[in-house]
Amino acid sequence: MTLIIDAMNRKLMRDLWNIKGQMLAIVMVMACGIATFIMSFGVIDSLKLSRDIYYDRYQFADVFAQLKRAPRAIRQQVMDIPGVSAVEMRVVFGVTIQVEGMTEPASGKLISLPDGRKPLLNNLYLRSGRMLRPDEDGAILSSEAFANAHGFALGDRVSMIINGHKRALKIVGIVLSPEYVYSLGPGAIFPDDKRFGIFWMSQRVLEAAVDMDGAFNDISVRMDRGANVEDIKQDLDIILKPYGGLIAYARNEQMSNWFVQNEMNQLRVMGLFAPMIFLGVAAFLINVVMTRQVATQREQIGMLKAVGYSNRELALHYLKMVLLVVVLGSILGVGAGIWLGAGMTNMYTQFFHFPILKFSFSPEVMIFAVLFCTLSAIAGTLIAIRQAAKLPPAEAMRPETPTHFHRTFLERTGLEQFFSHLSRIVIRHVERRPFRTLFSTLGVGLSMSILVFAFFMEDSIDFLLKVQFDMAQREDINLSFVTPRAITALEEIRLMPGVMKVEPVRSVAAFLKSGHYAKRSSITGLRPAPDLHRILTKKLRAAPIPAQGLALSSKLAEILHVKKGDMLTVEVLEERRPVLHIRVAEIVEEFIGLSAFMDMDQLNRHLNEGTVITGAAVMVDPLWNGPLYQKIKNIPAIIGMTILEKSRQIFRDVMGENLMKMVTMNIIFASLISFGVIYNTARIALSERGRELATLRVLGLTKGEVAYILFGEMTVIILLAIPVGLFIGYMMVLGMARSLDTELFRIPVVIETSTYGMSVIIVVVSSILSFYLVWRQVDNIDLVSAQKGVE
Amino acid sequence: MKAKNITFRTEALTKDYVTGATVAHALRGVTLEIPRGDMVVLLGPSGSGKSTFLNIIGGLDSPTSGEVYFNEDRLSDYTEKQLTLFRRHNVGFVFQAYNLVPSLTAFENVALVTDISLDPMPPAEALTAVGLGGRARHFPSQLSGGEQQRVAIARAIAKRPEVMLCDEPTGALDSETGIVVLKALQKVNKKFGTTTIIITHNAAIAAMADRVIHFGDGRVVDVTVNDHPASPEEISW
Repeated sequence: MTLIIDAMNRKLMRDLWNIKGQMLAIVMVMACGIATFIMSFGVIDSLKLSRDIYYDRYQFADVFAQLKRAPRAIRQQVMDIPGVSAVEMRVVFGVTIQVEGMTEPASGKLISLPDGRKPLLNNLYLRSGRMLRPDEDGAILSSEAFANAHGFALGDRVSMIINGHKRALKIVGIVLSPEYVYSLGPGAIFPDDKRFGIFWMSQRVLEAAVDMDGAFNDISVRMDRGANVEDIKQDLDIILKPYGGLIAYARNEQMSNWFVQNEMNQLRVMGLFAPMIFLGVAAFLINVVMTRQVATQREQIGMLKAVGYSNRELALHYLKMVLLVVVLGSILGVGAGIWLGAGMTNMYTQFFHFPILKFSFSPEVMIFAVLFCTLSAIAGTLIAIRQAAKLPPAEAMRPETPTHFHRTFLERTGLEQFFSHLSRIVIRHVERRPFRTLFSTLGVGLSMSILVFAFFMEDSIDFLLKVQFDMAQREDINLSFVTPRAITALEEIRLMPGVMKVEPVRSVAAFLKSGHYAKRSSITGLRPAPDLHRILTKKLRAAPIPAQGLALSSKLAEILHVKKGDMLTVEVLEERRPVLHIRVAEIVEEFIGLSAFMDMDQLNRHLNEGTVITGAAVMVDPLWNGPLYQKIKNIPAIIGMTILEKSRQIFRDVMGENLMKMVTMNIIFASLISFGVIYNTARIALSERGRELATLRVLGLTKGEVAYILFGEMTVIILLAIPVGLFIGYMMVLGMARSLDTELFRIPVVIETSTYGMSVIIVVVSSILSFYLVWRQVDNIDLVSAQKGVE
Repeated sequence: MKAKNITFRTEALTKDYVTGATVAHALRGVTLEIPRGDMVVLLGPSGSGKSTFLNIIGGLDSPTSGEVYFNEDRLSDYTEKQLTLFRRHNVGFVFQAYNLVPSLTAFENVALVTDISLDPMPPAEALTAVGLGGRARHFPSQLSGGEQQRVAIARAIAKRPEVMLCDEPTGALDSETGIVVLKALQKVNKKFGTTTIIITHNAAIAAMADRVIHFGDGRVVDVTVNDHPASPEEISW
């Protein structure tokens, strides 16, 4: 018995070896499925683990609020809110940083640390150096990202302007904070560790420096498990309102946490979607190959049954074949998944600053990936195996009856006269196996859609940058003041070196409400027809600022459920905090942020504050950049300066590099899928119709004519796949855009023709490669084999 | 030239099949002449070399040594392309397993070949010649074995080939159907003067040949010339 089983196993190995090319293609597609699964869920696991441990050990707060200024004495009031278990009050102050060797100023945040005790919330992880001593003056802790970006070491000094006074502060410790895993500077659309840093300073020293003795302007709260976060936010808002409190927000709205969470959500979508494509294609390919395998081994199966093998033993035999492929695919996939996952995790360390972020994945992820793959493979095999098991031995040993063809749509429609006989063979074959044609088409189409998706990311980002920087924000630099200033400040800026044009900006934080929909945002007041900082219509044309009412970004309008003409309640969150009722005059397009725009004079009238501005959009002669930056660095009243070209550049550099990797990966994936599908389909066609093709060669058809029949079928599939693939690609893009449609940014659905073109070209090239491999087999068709009665 | 009346001539034709360490001698020196217009039957046990011989003169295989002449053209010098054209224009093949293209109708199977021929007869005429005028629009799976083989013959004759090479054309058929097929072959041979070479195991078929060549162990054992070929009906199967 063992001998027979050995013989069966030997048959299995040899059978596999005979179709090694096809099996290898399947192994690769399978490996991609497992790899993307392990990569995505591994990275999610790693991020989640790092995040949860970090948040937990370093007491990341649950609710946050900023305010203008409140006495520390209100602490008890906050503690009394039901469900609040800890409160930390801080002073957070914006600073301008001057770094030697960098012409443009950087901005930063200076945060107070309690003297003589650890913070109760948002504790710091000390990477190197030491924590601050109580009341230690002249010393700060620096965020690791900023220190690394500038190559600062312990003991180095950082110059910053604090409340109008320039100070050089010594870095005594390098730290990380759970609040700033991901940090964006003011006005930035992408993290820029060189131009934005976070620093911590002794509470008493900072209070003294910024005139906040015994007061605070930032509060964090931890709540009891099970407490209602909405209630706490509301209570907190009521307490802070008299102190200029801005609206409180929970963890899920906290910027850093939001980005981490958003990234994980995206990974989850990818981690489910990509493996589904790969494993679906692998299952289909296995089905095709195994069906063919069973068909060619019909007589063997009959013989084996005749000599006493049971259906179960035979089913197991073929299943083993598939399982071997699964094992190979799993080993390769797990390996590739770990490699890709490690690479991706490494990429995340550029954006996410965790004390430790290492790629790791739970055994469940691996088990699930392999199981998922095995199930899809078995599903693909089952039908084929059932066919094998079903055959009565006597029938199995007889050769298959000639393939049945009948009159197809060609004849019914009378179109046949337009096709050569060779083309008719092609069309009838395509039509005779509608499911195989359908799935092959789908497979090739999916590979194309993966490419459309990858290239779309580039198109979309290019478009976004173009809209943001060439159409909307056409200024070169964006300045913001510490406090609102009279319009005359504009004249001072105009007189600075290299300034060619200046436009005023008046920005005010506000809470917008419509019915029970509400959103914290800001209202930006602009001149009636701005030339630098512009607003764009839905069709992306520059629009004038409406003379009356608000111009709302479409996303904000969507959140508030308002349309043009509706009334909004606007709670201004500054100074006298007036409550206004303003009509929505226009809906405008914006991909980043949630803005509302208004005529500046009108806004100032509403606020009853005279003509004041909070910042300016400036056009600069690039030759004067250096002197201008030098000048601005030394103006204490200017708290923030965004150089748009730099934002654009860093965005493009970092995104470009990562996109490049993603596109390369997708090209490999797509090529593997399309190659796998085309190669397998062509090989199967060759195997099924080898004798027919040999006969045609004997009858005097050339190799080219014979190849035409074989490749004609594949070509039809590819041609059908083009619209299918581009359509699926478009749908994937829409889905992606929808899933990324968040309050912070939207992905414009822009697909360049070249994206479609490249996707088609890559798939066609990988198909040509598989054509070539199959052509070599056509080349070797044994003419004598045509004579044989049966294969 | 005397060659005028010789379609195929072979000189000391040998063919070895090498598989690993063993060499099988399929042909061990065959020198033959096949006159134009003859109906020739190749007889012999399996493995005697008759199929190999047919494959070589049909341009499907090349000899290990020796020469093949087709109308005094050295076939052994032909390139692959030339061999393809030779098969396309000069040879009609009929196989034991019919080898029709299942996805084409009877008519289209014939047309497939006439499309690429220089001076073909209309496919319908070829089908009528084998008595299948009424089955033109049927697919192979809708035809009986004998009908399929007759379509194959129609396909072979439609190009008006100089030679017809038939490997066991009745091997898969019952005697009655076999006779119909043989009649079709004989009719073509007589009507168009096509040199027809038929391989068979069935010695009785030899009675209808002008010439019977007996193969044995890779050699020609005997050649008999039949002055009075029988008609297929007279053959006792």
